Amino acid sequence: MQAFSYVSAKSVSEASAILAQEGDNAKVLSGGTDIIVQLREGRRSAHVVVDVKAIPELNELSYDAAAGLTIGAAVPMHRIYGDAKLAALYPGLMDSATLIGGTAIQGRATLGGNVCTASPAGDALPTLIALNARCVVASANGTREIAIENFFAGPGRTVLQKGDLLVAFKLPAPQPNSGAAYLRFIPRNEMDIAVVSAGVSVQLSADKSTFIAARIALGAVAPTPLFVPEAGAALIGQPVGAVAVNAAAEIAKAAARPISDMRGSAEQRKHLSAVMTKRTLEIAIERARA
Amino acid sequence: MIETQEFKVIGTRPIRPDGIDKVTGRAQYGADIKLQGLLYGRVLRSPHAHARIRSVDVSAAEKLPGVKAVITGRDFPAASNETVHAGEGVVNFSYLSENLMAQTRALYHGHVVAAVAAVDVHIAEEALKLIKVDYEVLTPVLDVIEAMRDDSPVVLQEVRTDELGEKGTKPTNIASHGRHDLGDVDKAFANAAVIVEREFVTGTVHQGYIEPQNGTAISSMDGSITAWTSTQSAWDERREISEVLKVPLAMVRVIPMEIGGGFGGKLNAYLEPLAAALSRKAGHQPVKLTMSRDEVLKATGPTSASVMRVKMGADKSGRIIAAYAWMAYEAGAFPGSPIGAGAAVIFGPYRFENARIDYYDVIVNKPKAQAYRAPGGTNAAYAAEVVVNDLAEKLGIDPLEMRLKNGARQGDRRADGPTYGPIAYLETIEAIKVSAHYNSPKPAPSRLGNKVGRGVASGYWGNWDGRSSASAVINSDGRVSYLEGSTDIGGLRASLAMQLAETIGLKYEDIRPMMGDTQTVGFNDATGGSRSTYGSGMAAHRLGLKIIAEMQKHAAALWDVQPEQVNVKGDVYSCGEKAITFKELAGQLDETGGPISVSVSLDTKGALPTFATQVVDVEVDVETGKLQILRYTAAQDVGRAIHPSYVEGQIQGGVVQGLGWAMHEEYVYDKDGHLLNGSLLDYRMPTALDMPMIDTILVEVPNPNHPFGVKGVGEVPIVPPAGALANAIYDAIGVRMNVLPMNPRNVLKAIGTI
Repeated sequence: MQAFSYVSAKSVSEASAILAQEGDNAKVLSGGTDIIVQLREGRRSAHVVVDVKAIPELNELSYDAAAGLTIGAAVPMHRIYGDAKLAALYPGLMDSATLIGGTAIQGRATLGGNVCTASPAGDALPTLIALNARCVVASANGTREIAIENFFAGPGRTVLQKGDLLVAFKLPAPQPNSGAAYLRFIPRNEMDIAVVSAGVSVQLSADKSTFIAARIALGAVAPTPLFVPEAGAALIGQPVGAVAVNAAAEIAKAAARPISDMRGSAEQRKHLSAVMTKRTLEIAIERARA
Repeated sequence: MIETQEFKVIGTRPIRPDGIDKVTGRAQYGADIKLQGLLYGRVLRSPHAHARIRSVDVSAAEKLPGVKAVITGRDFPAASNETVHAGEGVVNFSYLSENLMAQTRALYHGHVVAAVAAVDVHIAEEALKLIKVDYEVLTPVLDVIEAMRDDSPVVLQEVRTDELGEKGTKPTNIASHGRHDLGDVDKAFANAAVIVEREFVTGTVHQGYIEPQNGTAISSMDGSITAWTSTQSAWDERREISEVLKVPLAMVRVIPMEIGGGFGGKLNAYLEPLAAALSRKAGHQPVKLTMSRDEVLKATGPTSASVMRVKMGADKSGRIIAAYAWMAYEAGAFPGSPIGAGAAVIFGPYRFENARIDYYDVIVNKPKAQAYRAPGGTNAAYAAEVVVNDLAEKLGIDPLEMRLKNGARQGDRRADGPTYGPIAYLETIEAIKVSAHYNSPKPAPSRLGNKVGRGVASGYWGNWDGRSSASAVINSDGRVSYLEGSTDIGGLRASLAMQLAETIGLKYEDIRPMMGDTQTVGFNDATGGSRSTYGSGMAAHRLGLKIIAEMQKHAAALWDVQPEQVNVKGDVYSCGEKAITFKELAGQLDETGGPISVSVSLDTKGALPTFATQVVDVEVDVETGKLQILRYTAAQDVGRAIHPSYVEGQIQGGVVQGLGWAMHEEYVYDKDGHLLNGSLLDYRMPTALDMPMIDTILVEVPNPNHPFGVKGVGEVPIVPPAGALANAIYDAIGVRMNVLPMNPRNVLKAIGTI
């Protein structure tokens, strides 16, 4: 492993200033469960590693029925799923938070890290898209918000510019009669990377008979997590049932543009895009009805 | 005689002597060694699967501060071209040396081209980046069938096919073609009522031991070498270091450390000779080399990918009257796949009057294949067991009845030559037939649309006996210090101490077993071939008899009688009215002639083959192709279970490895021969969450050739799982799988979904 400097930043401005000065030579350390492995294996390199765990704004975890949920970028998974109130409000998010790594990893791994690693197969990404999350990004020029589906530029790449620091995610409060879910297909039952994943959210009418809103996103079928707005749109106004679900699943499948690699073939991923969309919708509907 | 033996220690389940150190983290594994002045090494590996090495320039690396030595092929003298039996296969020292360190050709992705020793590992890594290698990249040969074509690029220009004993004349990738013939197979097929013929393709798989390879060595100024390493075979390692570095055998000492699994993958040296060569060049400072997981997967021996065509014909009654197999195994970059063993396994459980097996050892640009638990057996049995089930179905015969009808028994001649002695295959089929599992209904699927199937398969493995030595000292407190030389991978120290305790009438706790090294105890063959509990157990028994004889002499001296007049029963020595226990007598050794130490060295014979029959229930998610193992029962002839927990553990471990091979495991290469999945994330072995409890049925048919009836148990359990699972998938969804692994993608392809 190559030598690098380590800085534990105490404020957003301090971290942002180092990132602005060092550019690509600086790497952010949040939970460290990806970056340390990447540095050890020579897949990324750094002159300076900026630890952001001590910055207050990145550790915020708060919910307000009006403003919704704020999750600091350095909040570890165990704090997210360990909060009983949040677990009840955001079961889809919990699907992801409990899947990422084992218990030991979940003590460190963060949503911000999962998003900035920007793997097309990242387990939090389709969920955050389904939940309509917005990314709060700070730089010397101030703070701005980016819709999560616009945050990714390619495998391992985000739209963050030199000097940008991801501070937090903002998720709207759940609507009545809504439900969300995340599922990934892996050949084993654990310790695996998604071959295909799906994150969905649905909102049903008061009598729970009709879809009134839906968002569907897929993982591992494109260079970035893939938001498929037309799949969600196809559900709106439709009666809740297999016909609508299967139609949405076919639209998601049509949107998928996967590659073949060691984890799965393009044909397999295309096929699984429909299966996983359907199965994830079924869970989200069940939750919306509960 | 054996059936009526009554045992006090054998068959109990005591705590293993190495257990506390292992669960508290104190056990010293290979990578734990720390020595004064230790240097750390790193290895530079070829980024190409096939290349000519024009030059290696290490001058910049040598100048980096902190670097103490850099070695390349120039530091390795030409080794002899002799081929010797070692471990579970044969070793050609010239090829072994070239596999350890490339000379003029890089033969697989990860082939070593240079190594560095430095004061810390980070400097060693930086130094690797300064080594300049000029490669002429060549077209790699990656597929066994492609490699066999006349127009294929040739990996090793000097190789000529050994074609049924005759040397060929042209450069080729086919190292050998062998044939076994029994009866008149063509005529028999002509008379068959039903014939099934199928082709099978299986991938390259890894043993999956948890501990990566490691090697630490000092090359002393006197020319001697001491090496510390995790190895299944300290004596084979010693021979390899001696041959490769041209150091006299007795000048090399190999000290085996605790080992974190081997399964055949740690029978041969990878790093120890490099560490010794670096040490010699680094002013005789000790050097430690360890592998990353990526290096383990890229560059140590996997087991062979294979292509097999199997044809069997039966008469109307269900008797199999003819069998033919065509088998080609990948050897990797040097000759020597386990094709011979595969050819023994493929029809091992069956009695045929007419059979032919054509088998090929084929060189490709992948790491040299090494042994893996019943080497070559799992894939071979997979092919045969699917065909047997297919025949049974076509004839309307229950698959277990089919096996009972055609199962090999004593006196039958196996297709590859040997005639079976007292074997116990049919007993394992009967055990499954009456098992709770086989007599229960199939479980219900967990999800609407999923299908559940049940499958059975059997397997054979030959087992080995080999050479074993041991020594013992009687302490004045009546306890016995026992030094044995076989690597303890799966509870061997306990199993051997139990056999010694049983022999001399002591308690298990009175035996203090320890693993010796090549300098402290006599010669031992590898822990491999399921031999150690057998062969080293025989040595333990013989050692016990010698201890008894010595103790008789001391009792005789005590009572002033002749040793023959001293009777021994359990731990009591008596003569007439006089009697003394082993412990009491041990306290009086100094008064009766002085201390006692004994040693034995044996070339053991009489190992018997063992058989296993297994049943599995699998749930198939038809939409995704994913399999879930719901229930598994493995019956096995184990001879005598010395320590039943360790026998059960061997069976459970073997089954899980077999299922991993069957369901997920394979090396994925790109078209240029780069290994893509060099991690345990993407080389998917099963986790605890993927497996149900593996139920075991120990069928104890003692081996009459062994004092306690032992048969090798470690390998045969990995032989049936892939076949059993394929047969269960067929039962579930009506699709015969002809490819390993049967992963979700391949299941979906077989179904026709993708």
